[in-house]
Amino acid sequence: MNSLNRKDLLDIESLSKEEILLICDTAKYFKDVFTRDIKSVPVLRGKTVCTLFYEPSTRTRLSFELAAKMLSANTINVPVTTSSVVKGESLIDTVRTLEAMKADYIVMRHAASLAPHFLSKNIKGSVINGGDGFHAHPTQALLDTYSILEKRGSLEGLHIGIIGDIKHSRVARCDVQAFTKLGARVTLCGPSTLLPDEFRQYGADITYNLDELLPELDVINMLRIQRERQKGSLFPSIREYHLLYALTEERFKKCKPDIIVMHPGPMNRGIELDDVVADCPNSIINEQVTNGVAVRMAIFYLLAGGKPLSEEETEGN
Amino acid sequence: MAIVIKNGRMIDPASGTDDGLDIVINGDRITDIGRNLAPAAADTVVDAAGCLVLPGLIDMHVHFREPGREDVETILGGSRVAAKSGFTSVVTMPNTQPVIDNQALVRFIIMEAAKGPINVFPAANITKGGKGEEIAEMGEIAGGGAVAFTDDGRPVMNSITMRRALEYSRMFNMPILTHSEDKSLADEGLMNEGLNSIRLGLKGIPNEAEEVMIARDILLTRLTGGRMHVCHVSSAGSVELVKRGKNDGINVTCETAPHYFSLTDDAVEKFLSMAKMNPPLRTEKDRRGIIEGLRSGVIDVIATDHAPHALFEKMQEMEYAPFGIVGLETSVPLIITELVRNNNFTYIQAFDKVTCNPARILKLDRGVLKVGGYADVTVINPDTKIIIDDSFFISRCKNMPFTGSELYGSVEHTICNGRPVYSRGQQVS
Repeated sequence: MNSLNRKDLLDIESLSKEEILLICDTAKYFKDVFTRDIKSVPVLRGKTVCTLFYEPSTRTRLSFELAAKMLSANTINVPVTTSSVVKGESLIDTVRTLEAMKADYIVMRHAASLAPHFLSKNIKGSVINGGDGFHAHPTQALLDTYSILEKRGSLEGLHIGIIGDIKHSRVARCDVQAFTKLGARVTLCGPSTLLPDEFRQYGADITYNLDELLPELDVINMLRIQRERQKGSLFPSIREYHLLYALTEERFKKCKPDIIVMHPGPMNRGIELDDVVADCPNSIINEQVTNGVAVRMAIFYLLAGGKPLSEEETEGN
Repeated sequence: MAIVIKNGRMIDPASGTDDGLDIVINGDRITDIGRNLAPAAADTVVDAAGCLVLPGLIDMHVHFREPGREDVETILGGSRVAAKSGFTSVVTMPNTQPVIDNQALVRFIIMEAAKGPINVFPAANITKGGKGEEIAEMGEIAGGGAVAFTDDGRPVMNSITMRRALEYSRMFNMPILTHSEDKSLADEGLMNEGLNSIRLGLKGIPNEAEEVMIARDILLTRLTGGRMHVCHVSSAGSVELVKRGKNDGINVTCETAPHYFSLTDDAVEKFLSMAKMNPPLRTEKDRRGIIEGLRSGVIDVIATDHAPHALFEKMQEMEYAPFGIVGLETSVPLIITELVRNNNFTYIQAFDKVTCNPARILKLDRGVLKVGGYADVTVINPDTKIIIDDSFFISRCKNMPFTGSELYGSVEHTICNGRPVYSRGQQVS
């Protein structure tokens, strides 16, 4: 595996197992860079990275911006609420404007599924998907994968549970694809209205009973539940959701002692996850955020044509 | 001075004719049909060697956007596209701006259409404003020249309104064309609900959103003795429902569009909003169901649902782009390629759906080749290979998911009311 021979990073589906491992290996090197005192390397010197977020986000946008800055790129953030988008400019025109200003990388988050794919078909620059609708959030899945690899060395044979609103989750879609490609067994769990049978196509198992599933899991990834879903009769109340699907202190006792607890953030404390569990030693929720920066540095590096970094280089630096 | 169409293979689905016959046209009528007819010196001869000679085609479902969105398409512009595509008669849908819910607007369309090359028959709204609440002045509208009632683009969600519409329209013996979609079940979906919608993270529209409403309206047609025609059937289940309705002796007919027998929702990932239409492209099982429905005759009609949209409106995120694709120009090539070539339909089986069947449903004296009948004739070369790209279209709007397709069948000549209105490569009028 040489390098990521692609213009864009749009989803996990189109990545091979080898590409996922390459990104994770490279992220390991950048995590060393990022956690030392002098945090920048000149990989993207003279390049421009533009973050274009059509949906509110704190951690993902900051994480991309920080990653780009540590690679010495010029970064610009387009605050969509104050730009000409509010005046009715189309996505295509907005991005062509950025291209005219010679942006090399467009990182986009958008509420409409496939918006980054639509963009990538129509512009020359690199598009990195920072999350689109219910469809994909590939950098989240890659950082989740990296975080598990860091703890366990391999995903082969691990049983990973993803709990919550699977239907509307771009994280769940990408996680299932990444985890199964690396040999993990994935079980999805949530209310039947939020867990379509079609997810079995990815080789995932489906259950509605969290209590039966918990003792089997090596890793549990708790998704954020959106309160708005209640309005569409997808579940009757937050109270009932908590009753059936929250990882409470009580439930946590049923888990394996070394279970890894993950959450893509932002957390609804007290709804999908109790405080005690979120802050316990099994939780790697904050580390996921740190790893996110390293993984995004690796993605920029590899999309820029960077070669795989050997172990010696890692140690030498 | 007559027009003589010679050396062709004449297909007249109404009479089941498939034979080497020549046609003579005088004025707006066919005056002779026979073998080896000799033209007079002054006559115009159309050499149809190697071609099919068909009744002028009828598309009973087009959107010409006038009045209101003349920037997208007009009645005149749409009529020219239709002539180039082999169609001599079209039925325009009334969901314009304003909607066609009164006689004055019906007359406006007929007046505008008179400037164009082909016959345009307006459909008018079932309900005032197309809002699905109160029925429109159907009596006056019927007298104004409309051929059908429909709120196409939107369903009549209210069951009692639909019941009254079916009851009231009986007096005028005009069909109610149903846009069968349960809006609450469709739930603002963007594509077919299934493996692909889950994969792509796009909200899905289940087949049942269509089927529930077809079932309701078949029952209401039974209750009222009205006449219903289901627009743009897309699912195998819908075909089954119509089949059962017909078997039960209920007065129901239906149409499908060429994209439903040519494509599946696999096209969405590649073409994005260019493959966004309502109802959506379904699965291979549905596509097969549609083809078998056409073969058995449960599906009476092929209509294009020709829906031009401005490029800037289509070139948006899936969620924001409007529903609909253009269909007139690809209609004949898709019928020939998918039905005749790929699925062994006879020409009569394929083309009764765009000639005598829609004429029967709409009570038009068209769609047939007979002495004394209107001289609407379409000449098609079924063996010409065409590649679909932007240059293939004369339509201002090219929003469709067939770019790159290799198809067969070219429209060589279109004659409407005895007037040549299109010859391949040149628009005559």
